[in-house]
Amino acid sequence: MARIDLDHIRHAYGERPKSDADYALKEVTHTFEDGGAYALLGPSGCGKTTLLNIVSGLIRASEGRLLFDGHDVTALSTQERNIAQVFQFPVVYDTMSVYDNLAFPLRNRAVPEREVERKVRETLEIIDLADLAHKRARGLTADQKQKISLGRGLVRADVNAILFDEPLTVIDPHMKWVLRSQLKQLHRRYGFTMVYVTHDQTEALTFAENVVVMYDGQIVQIGTPAELFERPRHTFVGYFIGSPGMNVLPVEVSGTEAKIGAERIALPGLPAGPLSGTVELGIRPEFVRLGREGMPATIAKVEDVGRRKIVRAAIQGRDIALIAGEDEEIPAEPRLSFDPAGINLYADSWRVELGGRP
Amino acid sequence: MLELDHVTKTVGGADHIRDVSLKLRHGTLNVLLGPTLSGKTTLMRLMAGLDQPTSGRVLFDGKDVTGVAVQKRNVAMVYQQFINYPAMTVYDNIASPLKVAGTDAATIRREVGRAAELLRLTPYLDRTPLSLSGGQQQRTALARAIVKKAGLVLLDEPLANLDYKLREELREELPKIFSQSGAIFVYATTEPSEALLLGGSTATLSEGRVTQFGPTVEVFRAPADLVTAMTFADPPLNTIRLEKKGAAFALDGGVRLPAPADVAAADDGLYTVAFQPHHLSLQRTAPDSVPVTAKVAVTEITGSESFVHLAFADVRWVMLAPGIHAFEPDETIELFIDPRRLMVFDEQGRAVRGPAAKAA
Repeated sequence: MARIDLDHIRHAYGERPKSDADYALKEVTHTFEDGGAYALLGPSGCGKTTLLNIVSGLIRASEGRLLFDGHDVTALSTQERNIAQVFQFPVVYDTMSVYDNLAFPLRNRAVPEREVERKVRETLEIIDLADLAHKRARGLTADQKQKISLGRGLVRADVNAILFDEPLTVIDPHMKWVLRSQLKQLHRRYGFTMVYVTHDQTEALTFAENVVVMYDGQIVQIGTPAELFERPRHTFVGYFIGSPGMNVLPVEVSGTEAKIGAERIALPGLPAGPLSGTVELGIRPEFVRLGREGMPATIAKVEDVGRRKIVRAAIQGRDIALIAGEDEEIPAEPRLSFDPAGINLYADSWRVELGGRP
Repeated sequence: MLELDHVTKTVGGADHIRDVSLKLRHGTLNVLLGPTLSGKTTLMRLMAGLDQPTSGRVLFDGKDVTGVAVQKRNVAMVYQQFINYPAMTVYDNIASPLKVAGTDAATIRREVGRAAELLRLTPYLDRTPLSLSGGQQQRTALARAIVKKAGLVLLDEPLANLDYKLREELREELPKIFSQSGAIFVYATTEPSEALLLGGSTATLSEGRVTQFGPTVEVFRAPADLVTAMTFADPPLNTIRLEKKGAAFALDGGVRLPAPADVAAADDGLYTVAFQPHHLSLQRTAPDSVPVTAKVAVTEITGSESFVHLAFADVRWVMLAPGIHAFEPDETIELFIDPRRLMVFDEQGRAVRGPAAKAA
């Protein structure tokens, strides 16, 4: 597989873009390392599909270069780029057997039948459908068909990357778990370069080693799931990842102390540099503790969602969500405290480093 | 009240809905939960009067409406696909059911304004639906359902085509919006987590049959049978077939798994023992937790939690553990099962519950 470099890529759907706002994808310079598993995550309209289509060649970027292993492929067609693609809906010939579906792209290229057989057998092993090789595709489930779509891409020699565009949309929740863990195992075993577009945080976080969070045509953060969870670089990342998202509270900061109304909160360190604009404290619901100590709170609602409770509370007139355990009691006079490990500070929505943090 | 009385729907010799009886009260939120093709949409079409049952009756507020067409009944429906009138403005889209009903202009203005405000559509009233985002288009369809003031509101996977975050927001707003209306609110979904977030009551569906109906959290915690338990589990339920001898189940390697108090008195024999992924833990959660060892297949990390896929004997389990655990594939790890969290099902798949469970 290949390393993929995006070199000053920009894209506008309209002609003669004038300002930044005209670009669906603002300038991106980024490397997808060979053998890496990446997810592009963001709301609809954030530019993630545009970015994927630029890599696949379905879209020719308005500006910039695209390199596969150092070779400029900007002008090459999708076919010439030799990539496997899996879309929302499986692309499968219903009347053909699983075997013939996989053989089809090879036979089309007049690959000798002996070579076809070898490649198809190998691919059937990879996608774990060897048992169903001679079954007709029509009767198969959506997840099996999605694996055939994947296999049809992989069956060609030396595929550079596998690109997924919301591949689990039509799969039932139970099968999503199975298919997702199979994709993950596939990645571990064969070291494919994989890029996966989704708006679903669970899919993105569980699939990828590195998640690229996009918002309004820009990459706002690239990080491991843990980094995105613990240290969101932008309040958007805090909001978009996590369910419920991060609590963002306006604060006044002096030294290592933040004030929310009349309440004082000790920051885990001194802000690095001066704070300008709107200053906010970010704390995820998972880091808010409910107990008999801390800031007095009022509780508006407790949602029992099975394995945990979502508590909708307020401190100093500000709404705050927190997570309580399945069997956790809600005290009669509830008080909240923040786990220092989960406190982040933001100035004009961008995270400010807190010095002195371990 | 909407009452389905032994409703069956057969299409070309195949049972799409099998003997469903349900009573849904005004002002309630009712979730139909089941995988694709379990019969959710068919059931909604029968509730709406879009289709007629092959046998059985549909009653609305005590009146038999089995043969009454949808146009003659006060029903609002919202589908997964965003359906609006493309040539009309958002305002006219929302106003359309009121215009059809011959409502006066002042009332229409007031009602449309109120619905638009609720669904945050006020800035877009002069636009046409196709110039809006998917979320705004679906909110337009929802606003139209609201102004209709229907006695029965049917939502068929209304958020499935929307972004994750938007879904989260609408999921919180929808029950509030509709609970004020006093309507019977029916919501179909394939996702157990969505049912739990919506609350209300849930009917689990499997192969055209309602397997259980009750308060959502109760159905989740105390499923009456294995099919319901599996329908209502995401991540998938962990199961294993074990032999019960006296007060314990025999696990591989001579490990004894104590039977829950209310199961201990049941006959010895083969049972399916099940538990939720978050009830498998890396630490002892109770003094009588049972340690077992399993082999890691793959670990998925969400940033705050880890889903660890495991092989235990010849079954696959998933553990949902808080925190980040980067286990290597094929690593053998020790886990704990809390016997009080076990669900036990007999060979027919029925939940085994003794007097203790009934008292609880």
